Amino acid sequence: MNLSVRHLAFAYRKDTPVLKDISFRLAPGELLSVLGPNGTGKTTLFRCILGHLPGYRGSITLGNEDIGGIPPREMAKRIAYIPQLHRPAFNYAVLDTVLMGIMGQRRAFDRPGKAERQSAMDALEKLGIGFLADRNYGDLSGGEQQLVLIARAIAQNARILVMDEPTSGLDFGNRYRVLERVKELSGQGYAVLLSTHDPQLALTFADRILALSGGTVLADGPSAETLTPELMRAIYRIETEVVDLGDGAVIRVKGTGR
Amino acid sequence: MQPSLETSERRRARRALWVLSALLVAAFVVSFALGRYAVSVKEVLTVLGDSFLSLFGKEPSPVVEANVRTVVMNIRLPRILTACAVGAALSAAGATFQSVFRNPMASPDILGASGGACFGAALAILLNMPKAGVTGFAFVASLASVALVYLIGTAARGNRLLTIILAGIMVNSLFSAGTSYIKLVADPNNQLPAITYWMMGSLSGVRKSDLLFALLPMALGLIPLVLLMWRVNYLTLPEDEARTMGIRTERLRLVTVLSATLLIAASVSVSGMIGWVGLVVPHLSRKLAGNDFRGLLPVSCVFGALFLLITDDISRNLLTTEIPIGILTAFIGAPFFLYLMTRKEDGR
Repeated sequence: MNLSVRHLAFAYRKDTPVLKDISFRLAPGELLSVLGPNGTGKTTLFRCILGHLPGYRGSITLGNEDIGGIPPREMAKRIAYIPQLHRPAFNYAVLDTVLMGIMGQRRAFDRPGKAERQSAMDALEKLGIGFLADRNYGDLSGGEQQLVLIARAIAQNARILVMDEPTSGLDFGNRYRVLERVKELSGQGYAVLLSTHDPQLALTFADRILALSGGTVLADGPSAETLTPELMRAIYRIETEVVDLGDGAVIRVKGTGR
Repeated sequence: MQPSLETSERRRARRALWVLSALLVAAFVVSFALGRYAVSVKEVLTVLGDSFLSLFGKEPSPVVEANVRTVVMNIRLPRILTACAVGAALSAAGATFQSVFRNPMASPDILGASGGACFGAALAILLNMPKAGVTGFAFVASLASVALVYLIGTAARGNRLLTIILAGIMVNSLFSAGTSYIKLVADPNNQLPAITYWMMGSLSGVRKSDLLFALLPMALGLIPLVLLMWRVNYLTLPEDEARTMGIRTERLRLVTVLSATLLIAASVSVSGMIGWVGLVVPHLSRKLAGNDFRGLLPVSCVFGALFLLITDDISRNLLTTEIPIGILTAFIGAPFFLYLMTRKEDGR
């Protein structure tokens, strides 16, 4: 199922639009990375897509349905959201955390049974963290917590994953470990929309890059071709060169242009 | 993990529930034997057994005197059952509010339920109403104050949880001003002491009728919470997150808050202000059973019943004049709160 966003505009307050005109499409199996400076509306874009901000203009469609007409439970079957790492008020066992992804689509009085626990376990196994099931979420490292949140989204059984800065707060190694898993998922047919502040990660893992600035689309295309020194200058006001090492490109910073 | 895929947290919660239930049964029986009029545990068991068997038409055994029977069945039984019910209700409500407000320090007073109850009770005493009137007024005023807080809090702009809490502080303060004014104009010879004593919280003089009055709203409040035991967990997540999983958070929160409020209003109206139970017991229960509401709710209920039963036993036996139980729970609760504030975070 395709996600398509057409001429999306949104303002929290009347005269200060955050998003002015955003259009793009996301197909199954695609990993799309959204890049943009701080405050450019990446999170606002995600919140619109997830249906939290109904007051937008333009259209957001899933397949041929407008998301405005899809009730929350149906939305949950199509799009799963993986939040930025945060400290929750109360922590649960990892298995229970993942079960929340499954049980949200059930009736209000339903409680997880053996079948649901098995599905939650399967989702954990899929990410290679089955051994964490019995631990408490609060006792895990940041990288493990992020993987658990991804497992919860997988358990939700939606085919589109929206990830708000999945690598923020993770150390160098864990960023790559987490994104490798995400890449595997997109290889299995999941459509992934993620935002990041690290263009190198986008270049390494994303199929496509969507660059935003000032509420409009600056560039949209295959990562290697799109992420040019010109684009880097436009987004981050920084001088770079992209060095192709044969089996992947590396962004080298030449100066901050001060 | 076991093949049944049950987490060790769930097993721990179940074990805690069994242990606490056993302790509650023991405390329940022993409580009958405590008091100025001496009754032995054996007599207690005989009388309780008799009244149980009389349901099936059996004659009571002649070995126990009528006095003992009266003390056990008409004086101590209603009081003990009320202590258990109020303890369980306040703790269940406290656990619920902590989850709803995503804060381990939230207590049942947060939405002005007890402030409203005090005002209602004081007003009824001022109007020279009988005891049933005081209970009824306290109950209605308590519900009204929470309804007011919820309406203001959801109508206001900004962070929903924050505005509800601020509205709670405001409404509480309004009601306490009202209560102060009633105290000012109340007859200092009989009404003022009655108001003051009511506000201290006490289970002395609790009759069967009071208990029966409280049980209906308590059941009405507890049943939805039990049915929604798993669902309540979603309220502890940030709202956007819960919604993307398919949860209608607003509706769920409304039902949960309403249920918890019924529990508090019913408790406060029969027992007066008994503070701290709803904060301390759920907090300790989280340590025992984890944060999963499926384990937390039953453990909180049984633990709360046990805690208030023992505290009430102390309140009626420690000195020759009874100490209002609200004072005792504060003596235990306030130092505990201090401990919570100064203790190092352990990540859970």
